[in-house]
Amino acid sequence: MAGKTLYDKLWDQHVVKTREDGTALIYIDRQLLHEVTSPQAFEGLRIAGRKPWRLDANLATPDHNVPTTSTERESGIEGIQDPVSRIQVKTLDDNCDHFGINEFKMADKRQGIVHVVGPEQGATLPGMTVVCGDSHTATHGAFAALAHGIGTSEVEHVLATQCLIQRKMKNLLIKVDGELGKGITGKDVVLHVIGVIGTAGGNGCAMEFGGSAIRSMSMEGRMTMCNMAIEAGARVGMVAFDEITAEYVKGRPFAPKADQWEQAVAAWSDLKSDDDAEFDKVVEIRAEDIKPQVTWGTSPEMVTTVDGTVPTLEDAADDVERSGFKRAYEYMGLTAGQKITDIKLDRVFIGSCTNSRIEDLRAAAEVAKGRKVAESLIQALVVPGSGLVKEQAEKEGLDKIFIEAGFEWREPGCSMCLAMNADKLGSGEHCASTSNRNFEGRQGYGGRTHLVSPAMAAAAAIAGHFVDVREL
Amino acid sequence: MKAFTVHQGVVAPMDRANIDTDMIIPKQFLKSIKRSGFGPNLFDELRYLDEGQPDADNSGRPLNPDFVLNQPRYSGASVLLARENFGCGSSREHAPWALEDFGFRAIIAPSYADIFYNNSFKNGLLPIVLDEETVDRLFKETEASEGYQLTVDLENKKVVTPSGEEIAFEVDDFRRHCLLNGLDDIGLTLQDADEIRAYEEKRRASAPWLFGA
Repeated sequence: MAGKTLYDKLWDQHVVKTREDGTALIYIDRQLLHEVTSPQAFEGLRIAGRKPWRLDANLATPDHNVPTTSTERESGIEGIQDPVSRIQVKTLDDNCDHFGINEFKMADKRQGIVHVVGPEQGATLPGMTVVCGDSHTATHGAFAALAHGIGTSEVEHVLATQCLIQRKMKNLLIKVDGELGKGITGKDVVLHVIGVIGTAGGNGCAMEFGGSAIRSMSMEGRMTMCNMAIEAGARVGMVAFDEITAEYVKGRPFAPKADQWEQAVAAWSDLKSDDDAEFDKVVEIRAEDIKPQVTWGTSPEMVTTVDGTVPTLEDAADDVERSGFKRAYEYMGLTAGQKITDIKLDRVFIGSCTNSRIEDLRAAAEVAKGRKVAESLIQALVVPGSGLVKEQAEKEGLDKIFIEAGFEWREPGCSMCLAMNADKLGSGEHCASTSNRNFEGRQGYGGRTHLVSPAMAAAAAIAGHFVDVREL
Repeated sequence: MKAFTVHQGVVAPMDRANIDTDMIIPKQFLKSIKRSGFGPNLFDELRYLDEGQPDADNSGRPLNPDFVLNQPRYSGASVLLARENFGCGSSREHAPWALEDFGFRAIIAPSYADIFYNNSFKNGLLPIVLDEETVDRLFKETEASEGYQLTVDLENKKVVTPSGEEIAFEVDDFRRHCLLNGLDDIGLTLQDADEIRAYEEKRRASAPWLFGA
C-alpha cells in the first residue's frame, strides 16, 4: 500500500464520520473570525436559538474594515469615519461579547490581520484544522495544518457544530528543488507557480509545497506561498512540519506549554508526506529558474518576470485567453510587448495577509534604507500585519527607515489589499502591491494592481517604476 | 433555504472566463451585516458606468449599455451562462447572495472555483458543470435566439433546451438532496452530536494542547 500524503494524514485525523455518499464530517480545531463574513453567521445562530459548540476553538479580530491612520484609530470604534464600516466592526465586538468569544479588539495591540494574528499567537498549530470566512486561510497550512477558507453559512455551521461536511480533495505536489537566487522570495515562487499552472490549476486540490527550496525557507516565506495557493485555485496550501516550524511555534501564547511541548512535537513530527506517498499530480520547478515576478494583468496568472514584457496576443493559448488579454490591456492601460520596467507607478502598498510580517518589512526596509521614495509617486504605504508586528518593527527602527524614505507608516489591518477602508487606488492609478489579487477594481475603482514581493515593491517605490531587486 | 426542483428561465450569456468574486460583488458592498439586498449591486462595476456606494439608491445611476444584463433581451434572466473558473477569488458568500437576490437560480459553466461552488448550494443557487463544448454551443444558441430559455431539472439531473434536447449533468447526492428539500445542514449535522462529542473526547486525550487555550 502506498504511503500517505500530508493531506491524507490531516484528513484521516479529523474524520468524525464518513457518510455513504463519500462526504465526511470533519472536525475543526480552530476557527478565526473577522467582521466581514461573520455577522450573518452570528445572526443565524441567534435566529435558530443555537450557541457556539466550543468557545475556546474560536478567536476573533477585526481587520478588513479598520482604519489604518493613527488619528482615526485614536478614538476607537466611534472614531471610524465610514459609518457602514463602523457598524460592522462594532457588530463583531457585540457578537463576541454576547457569545463569549475571545476577541482582540481594535485597540488591542494583538489586533491585526487574522492570518497574521493566528500564527503569531500560536493559535495556529501543526496538525490542526483551521477555517475562517476568508479564502486566504490557506496561509495557515504553512504549519502543516489543514486550513482553508469557507463561506458564511459554513462559519455558522462550524460555530454551531465544530464540524464541516467535506469531500476529500485531490493531492497536488508543487516540488521546488534547488536554491533560490538572491532576492527571490516565497512571493516570487508562488507567483511563478501560478504562472505555470494557472488560476484554476489547483481547483479541487490540496496543494503541498515541497522540495529542497521549501525546506530551507522561513515560516514567513512558507506562509506567503500557502496564502496564495487559492490564487492557483487550491483552497488548501501546505508545507510539511520540520524544525523551522517548531522553532517558530515554540513559546507563543497559545502554543503547548513546557509540560506538553515534547508530546506535541512528537505528534507533529509525522506531519509530512511519506516518501512513497502518491500524488494525483506533481509539478516540478527548478528554484534557479525563478526570477522576480510582476503581474501585468487582471488575474494572478497574468504574470511575468521583471525583465520581461507584457505578452502579446500570439502568446495566448486559446480564444478565451486572447479575449482575456485584450480586456486586461485595456483595463491596465498597457500595450502588448511593453517592457515591465517601463510601467510608471502612482502608488506602492506594502502589507496584506500575504506580505506584512516582520521578515517582509525587514526586506522592504533593507531596500528603502537611505533612499527616497520617487517624487512622482502619490503615496507609498507600509501597513504592518498586526500590532505586534508593528511593535517589533519599531523596536528594530524599521518605522524610521520607512518614514525617512518617504513611506507612510500605518496601523495594522487589511488596508489597500481590498480597499474596504479609506486606503485605496484612484481610477487608472498603477500600484506595486505586495498583496494577493490584481482583479479589476480590487484595490479601488478602476485601480491597476501589480503584484510583487516586498523588496520589489520598495525598490519600485524608490525608482517610480519597476526595477530588478537583484541589480540593486 | 429555498428548495430547488425544476426551474425554467431566460438565459443570460456572460462570455468571459475567470469571473471573480470582486467582479460579482465589489468589496464596498460587503460592509452590510445582512444577507439580502445585494442584487442591485451584482456585477456593479460592469453594470454601471459610475462607482457604486453601499446603502445608496441605484435607480438613477448610468447603466453600461454594453453589459449583458442591461440588454432588454436578457431582462428577467434567471440562468447564467459563463466560462471556466467562475467565482474565483475570495470566499465571500455575498457573491451567491447577490446572484440569488438578483434573480438567478442556476449557473452553467465548464468549471467553478471550489469555495464559490460550495457556497452556492447553501443558498438555493445551483451551479451546473457542463463540458466546454456544450457550454460553447449553449452560448451560440442563446445569442442566436432572443428569449432563449433553459429548463433545469435537478431531480433528474438534466438541462432541457427549447428543442427538447436533454443534457445530463452530475451533482453530489448529498448536495442535491439538501437543495431539493431546502434543508439546513446544521440541523442534519447536529443529528450526529454524539459522534462529534466522542471524537472530541478522543482528541482531547491525544492532543490536550488544542483545548482550553
